[in-house]
Amino acid sequence: MALPSYASTVQRTYYYTYLFFCGVVFFFLVAPLIAIVPISFSVSPFMVFTDEMLAWPPNPEAWSLRWYQNMIGNCSADVVSSTVPCSTKWMTGTVNSFFIGITATFIATTLGTLAALGLSRPHMPYKGLIMAILISPMIVPLIITAAGMFFFYARINLVYTFTGVILAHVALATPFVVITVTATLVGFDMNMVKASQSLGARPVRTFFKVIMPLILPGVISGALFAFITSFDEVVIVMFMASLDQLTIPKQMWAGIRQEISPVILCMATCLVILSIFLLTTVELLRRRSEKLRGIKAR
Amino acid sequence: MPIGDMLLRSVDDSQINTVFPNTFKEYEKWDKEKDELPPEEVFKSLFEELAYGEKVQVGRALTRMNYSKSGWKSLIKKTSRAIKKAVKKNEFPDSYKDFLITTNENWADPTFWYAMGQMLNNQTPIYYYNAIDMTYDQDQNVVRQEENRRVYVQTWIKTFKVSVYVTFFCLILGFPVAHLLANLPLRYSNLLMIFVLLPFWTSLLVRTTAWIVMLQQQGVINGVLVWMGILNDDGRLSMVYNETGTLIAMTQILLPFMILPLYSVMRVIPKSHMRAAQNLGAKPAMAFWKVYLPQTIPGMSAGGLLVFVLAIGYFITPELVGGKDGKLIGSWIAYHLKTTLNWGLCAALGAILLGVMLVFYWLYNKIVGIDNIKLG
Repeated sequence: MALPSYASTVQRTYYYTYLFFCGVVFFFLVAPLIAIVPISFSVSPFMVFTDEMLAWPPNPEAWSLRWYQNMIGNCSADVVSSTVPCSTKWMTGTVNSFFIGITATFIATTLGTLAALGLSRPHMPYKGLIMAILISPMIVPLIITAAGMFFFYARINLVYTFTGVILAHVALATPFVVITVTATLVGFDMNMVKASQSLGARPVRTFFKVIMPLILPGVISGALFAFITSFDEVVIVMFMASLDQLTIPKQMWAGIRQEISPVILCMATCLVILSIFLLTTVELLRRRSEKLRGIKAR
Repeated sequence: MPIGDMLLRSVDDSQINTVFPNTFKEYEKWDKEKDELPPEEVFKSLFEELAYGEKVQVGRALTRMNYSKSGWKSLIKKTSRAIKKAVKKNEFPDSYKDFLITTNENWADPTFWYAMGQMLNNQTPIYYYNAIDMTYDQDQNVVRQEENRRVYVQTWIKTFKVSVYVTFFCLILGFPVAHLLANLPLRYSNLLMIFVLLPFWTSLLVRTTAWIVMLQQQGVINGVLVWMGILNDDGRLSMVYNETGTLIAMTQILLPFMILPLYSVMRVIPKSHMRAAQNLGAKPAMAFWKVYLPQTIPGMSAGGLLVFVLAIGYFITPELVGGKDGKLIGSWIAYHLKTTLNWGLCAALGAILLGVMLVFYWLYNKIVGIDNIKLG
């Protein structure tokens, strides 16, 4: 992609403008995420860079962990300020988020993997239709899915329960598992299943001993997608969850609307770190999967 | 299944029919040409149904009646109080008509009775009319809402405008980036890809919060501009809690959905095509326009559709960043679902949105083919 040495001045100008433009877009994409990290360590109860924070040499007085202490519910005197309430809500939210997320991921991964296995059989009837129905929660606007689910669950008394929230999240997360696992199955050699069965293995044993190890990277990255979907989900939680099912996104939503406090930024920083972690895992898994299936990196 | 339920919900009008079955049956016998007010039997059954109806059910029916014509709720509430009092004393009037009219002279007002005509059927289109700022007048004709109650048409237009803008900006910003990523050696592009994937994996609310921090009056961008001397301290731009904020934040949030499909399409376009075109005498711009661009159409349309569809149903970001005039249609759906409990209207708005989406998918399928969608 480098410029050839014979490029004219006009071409050069174009090329560097183009690079500069791309740089600006990259900056635009990441800058907001980076900017919140230092502010979360600020002393000030407002979400701004104070003058002291920007001073050089660094002024230790301007930085603190007080909002992090507030977040984990450690409400000692220097942590509470008049504008920032302190409660254990953030920790309750974290526990709930992980509980809902992990349960939903588990169910969605199981269902999604089975669906993908079935759908990738060559003689599956109504393949297109089933696929369309399965991935519909992904393409229908979330607010519509949420409203529809709310009405439906209201009829069968599942709103304001953990079961309701988890089931709704399963419906949202399953398409991601189906898509990633289907993608892994593209290069899968069905002869191996035949071989294992001709050697006397029953279908269940074949699945766990032959198919599972090969598609595992796809299953795990699907599961991570499912987890992050459920973990980030706020619209459905807002409609279907009562205070008992408070999750991190719901608490953040409430926080942004009512008390703009740096505690939100602390949680945001933690979430950014979590997403970096998940991103790395998925990326490593993808490479491993490509290696396993013998697809050379382009 | 839940969506089907929602569609039913949007035309459902059966609840009120279970509350006033006899009244409605008698009502249908009323000859509007001949008599100004409905016959005595209508008043009688209304009286009885109010006297012995279940309180919760009546309450819900009242809310529904108020959607047809405001004033119903207070009228019935007052009347029903008088009726209950009369029933308690065991004083049944000789003429139910006169009794009701003396309780409240609104019962002599035929417009209320005309409005009742809308509720006779088990299904009603009224929520759909309301969703596009229409309502019934007293002769059952569909007319526009009064000036000060028209909100939805405006909101629909704004929603489309914002979605189109966001899609457009995403395309402008995303195209060069996807091009760069697709043409760099894999080592560098994988590294740069992190810049695209990180926002993609980060929570929506985190990104929304981050934009509030960036854009607010004391925020990072204003701070930098003031520090550089471009703005003075009083002239800080207000970029958040208005439409600008919504546009900026939504563009950043949806940009990865544009870049990823574009990237996967551009990746497989052979570089030799451009060289061949230039060899045949095309200027670079011409070669790009005639050779490269047409091959990226599946990516552009997949990304465009994805961004547009996501943008049109967006609700979290506009609600938080958009301020009071930044509300999009999604906010109204949530508002009616949670606050006013006008579920019929909420379902109708949702159904219209869904219909719009289906039209877009259909168009897309016609033009590009749904199989051309590639995700990442």
